[in-house]
Amino acid sequence: MAEPMKIRATLQGDVADVRILMMHPMETGQRKDSKGQVVPLHFIKNVVVTHNGKVVLDAQWSQAVSRNPFLGVRVKGAKAGDKIGVTWTDNKGDKRTDEVTVAAPS
Amino acid sequence: MNELRRTFLKLSGSAGTLALATAAGVLKPGPAWAAEWNQDAFAAKAVSDALKNLGATNLIESKDIVITAPDIAENGAVVPVAVTSKIANTQSISILSEKNPFPLAASFTVSNGGEGYVSTRLKMGETSNVRAVVKADGKFYTAVKEVKVTIGGCG
Repeated sequence: MAEPMKIRATLQGDVADVRILMMHPMETGQRKDSKGQVVPLHFIKNVVVTHNGKVVLDAQWSQAVSRNPFLGVRVKGAKAGDKIGVTWTDNKGDKRTDEVTVAAPS
Repeated sequence: MNELRRTFLKLSGSAGTLALATAAGVLKPGPAWAAEWNQDAFAAKAVSDALKNLGATNLIESKDIVITAPDIAENGAVVPVAVTSKIANTQSISILSEKNPFPLAASFTVSNGGEGYVSTRLKMGETSNVRAVVKADGKFYTAVKEVKVTIGGCG
């Protein structure tokens, strides 16, 4: 089971600054392990970010995205207490969804 | 969450029910709203092929696209890249690392108030141009920035 994401959404004016950290090996299919065996491709293919249930960003990724991927997005017209949801799906069909509420600026 | 899981377990109690649910489209494999992964563009080994499969033709050089990336990246496994598009009605942003085995690294579709801004971290095999391609109002705009890589991150 995939580990939870770390998501932070902070309001700046009427824009929510969303920062997401996913836990994933993101194997390129080119790396060899200590026994010289090629580690098979294993990477996040799709990331969907929603704002109160509406899709604001639909990302398609390749294996070129770094391990434990970081994603930063900005959502216009957000208010404190709004829900930001993130779902990723990898090439093995594994997926993970997490949700946070937009925090008021401190 | 737990209750949902229980319902699901109950539902999938017998294989027959599960098959029925799948047939009825209740349990679609993968998120139904996610756009289909652009296999052709991601598998392309040449920049021109990747662009063609993205549908990006007649690229217009634009100063309204800002690529934020280091001039010199010591570790090619983690190169922070951010793309800001100031072009109105930005629909999608794609990022290519031109000398990677598969140049297209990521493609983002923006909608419903998402801003023309994405930030992520990429692996880069060697020193190369990072190219951003922005689609806005059916037109494609582009910008490049060279990133020097000290240690490649594809191995």
